[in-house]
Amino acid sequence: MNDVIGYAPWLVGFPLVGAAVLLLGGRALDKWGHWIGVLASSASALLGGWLLFRMIGADPAERVADQRLWTWMSAGGLDVDLGLRLDPLSMTFVMLVTFVGTLIHFYSVEYMAHDPHRRRFFAYLNLFIAAMLVLVLADSYLVLFVGWEGVGLASYLLIGFWDHKRPNAVAAKKAFVMNRVGDMGLIVAMALLFAHTGALDFGTLFDAGDAGAGEGLAEATGAVSTLDQGTATAVGLALLLAACGKSAQFPLQAWLGDAMAGPTPVSALIHAATMVTAGVYLLVRSGPILDAAPTAQLVIVIVGTVTLIFGAIIGCAKDDIKKALAASTMSQIGYMMLAAGLGPVGYAFAIFHLLTHGFFKAGLFLGAGSVMHGMKDEVNMRGFGALRRVMPLTAWSMFFGWLAILGIPPFSGFWSKDKIIEAAFTGEGWQPWVFGGAALIGAGITAFYMTRLMTMTFWGRPRWTEPEYHPHESPALMVWPQVILAVGSIALGGVLAFGDVFTTWLEPSVGHVEHHEPVLSVPVLMGATIAVVVVGALVGYLMYRRDVPAEAPRGSVLTRAARRDLFQDTVNEGLVMKPGQGVTAVLVTADTGVVARGWGVLAVGLAGLGAWLRRAQTGYVRAYAASMAAGVLIIGAVIVLVATLGPTAGA
Amino acid sequence: MDITNYVVLACILFAIGATTVLLRRNAIVVFMGVELMLNATNLVFVTFARIHGDLTGQVLAFFVMVVAAAEVVVGLAIIVTIFRTRRSASVDDVNLLHG
Repeated sequence: MNDVIGYAPWLVGFPLVGAAVLLLGGRALDKWGHWIGVLASSASALLGGWLLFRMIGADPAERVADQRLWTWMSAGGLDVDLGLRLDPLSMTFVMLVTFVGTLIHFYSVEYMAHDPHRRRFFAYLNLFIAAMLVLVLADSYLVLFVGWEGVGLASYLLIGFWDHKRPNAVAAKKAFVMNRVGDMGLIVAMALLFAHTGALDFGTLFDAGDAGAGEGLAEATGAVSTLDQGTATAVGLALLLAACGKSAQFPLQAWLGDAMAGPTPVSALIHAATMVTAGVYLLVRSGPILDAAPTAQLVIVIVGTVTLIFGAIIGCAKDDIKKALAASTMSQIGYMMLAAGLGPVGYAFAIFHLLTHGFFKAGLFLGAGSVMHGMKDEVNMRGFGALRRVMPLTAWSMFFGWLAILGIPPFSGFWSKDKIIEAAFTGEGWQPWVFGGAALIGAGITAFYMTRLMTMTFWGRPRWTEPEYHPHESPALMVWPQVILAVGSIALGGVLAFGDVFTTWLEPSVGHVEHHEPVLSVPVLMGATIAVVVVGALVGYLMYRRDVPAEAPRGSVLTRAARRDLFQDTVNEGLVMKPGQGVTAVLVTADTGVVARGWGVLAVGLAGLGAWLRRAQTGYVRAYAASMAAGVLIIGAVIVLVATLGPTAGA
Repeated sequence: MDITNYVVLACILFAIGATTVLLRRNAIVVFMGVELMLNATNLVFVTFARIHGDLTGQVLAFFVMVVAAAEVVVGLAIIVTIFRTRRSASVDDVNLLHG
């Protein structure tokens, strides 16, 4: 790989240049500028594909390559080189980001066709692609952090793309602020790592000194092996906080639902397929640290489990098609976090699920966008129904995405999600039963809410009227990306799972692991999973097949809670926002009451003193002359006194 | 020739001059008080120069006269200008710089 890594910077370069041209080009590019964006993303994807083939062709031991570009900063003991690391893990992400990204670029050309700011939209999309590639290609935590912040910025700009509507601007701000909380975690983790090992680059931290690349991280004897348990746990928990912020995991999950305020292609690319999975990437990349910190791993598993159930429950109650999908994303990333927390046994599956999820969830979101496009931007599923007749291609592509997310064999999701459930059932004591059971139940709930979504949208009776809405199939540029993603949803998982191709492929990055037997036999688990999924899907279909009231019924306590996102905003407001506002109010009062008023009093006092002293200046020359004479007299008297008494006093 | 006589005379002259400056309102008279004080000091200079046999004091007296002459020119010009604008030569009328 060392011979071709010189091309790797161009992966980032193309979209970065695209963004710069689009942003600086101004209105002159309004008519055709979006094609620059498409071109930049496609170029990156093609280059990525070429690098992928070169990597497949290379010997597994030589698939990890680092390239140092230049010294970024040198301060005391800290030397940060700006460098890229190309290995199977980053390559997987490069392909996911550029391929899905390019499809979504094409889709957006049509989706945003009537938006006056389409050029700016494509500039932000390119910026996002560039930042995301920096994130995954970075060879040190600090460079990763640059990409991490870059995708956060792109996400903020795109959520608030239609910021003339106040809720959108608020949603963007919410996402940005909650992400900052997570970023604190990453900064703390970096500080701890640097304090204890003096290095931030993956090479020094994870790789064996002289054994070279290709040994795999599991056997690594890099600088992290010198960390003591407590430090490793602290670093692991800080990294988890970072991952929670970026990946919308409990307790920092509240921003994802609101992030759906952005244009739908953005929801598909950033808030489903790529950016929100960056947290999982971070954890898998930091595998050697987590391996040394069982407590942190346990917390990660708990967070993942809580989130996967949490998101699934919310997904069941949402009538907004995009918010239902957002809740589903949260839940699916919960699965990935769960897998990542299981240690080496789960890393490969986490990334595998991330990859298949990237395809089928992007496809589902694009389908949702297509439905909205045909339904005058209506998002309430209670107003849909029977849309399969008028938009058949969208319905078919979403149908396969639906099969994939349900985990029906042989579609993509089955190969990855089933493995995660299997891995969750591995271990000793109470843990496999609790986590595995939760993952299993989660699969059932997933089946329910996804079937609910499909039934309310595509099946049943139409709940829209023809003259008011005129649903129609979307143009070719929107449909084809959906079709390609649907093909991915059908086949990708099976192809990559065949003969463990994908897990073997990731070995240079995440290490090789012997297979562990789950507490229940594999066929039993598989059967149970499929049974739960089928039951969930059937319940969903039967419940929503018939009439769906236009107004949501009151529902049970749980439904009402889920509609309000299980009170996540209420909790955040009660625990963080209100106390914060209280502190601010106190500080403002203290500032005006004590500081400002104190200085005010001082100023008034000085002014009064000045006014009083001013009266000494009478303006009468004779008065000044008198004071001069008096002064001279006093000085003279003093001199005489000193001259008379001085010598005696001195003696 | 007792030195005390000269010094006492100079002191009396100076006191008269100072009192004039402090008590009289007419600018011309105040001016005369100033001149009187200058001449009182001149007298002291000359006296001590004579006693010590040193010419420095006499030279200084000349300097004082020259400077006083120049000062009279400027001072009278100011007084005349003020008189033209205010129709008064009273120093108490010129109090625009009061606080």
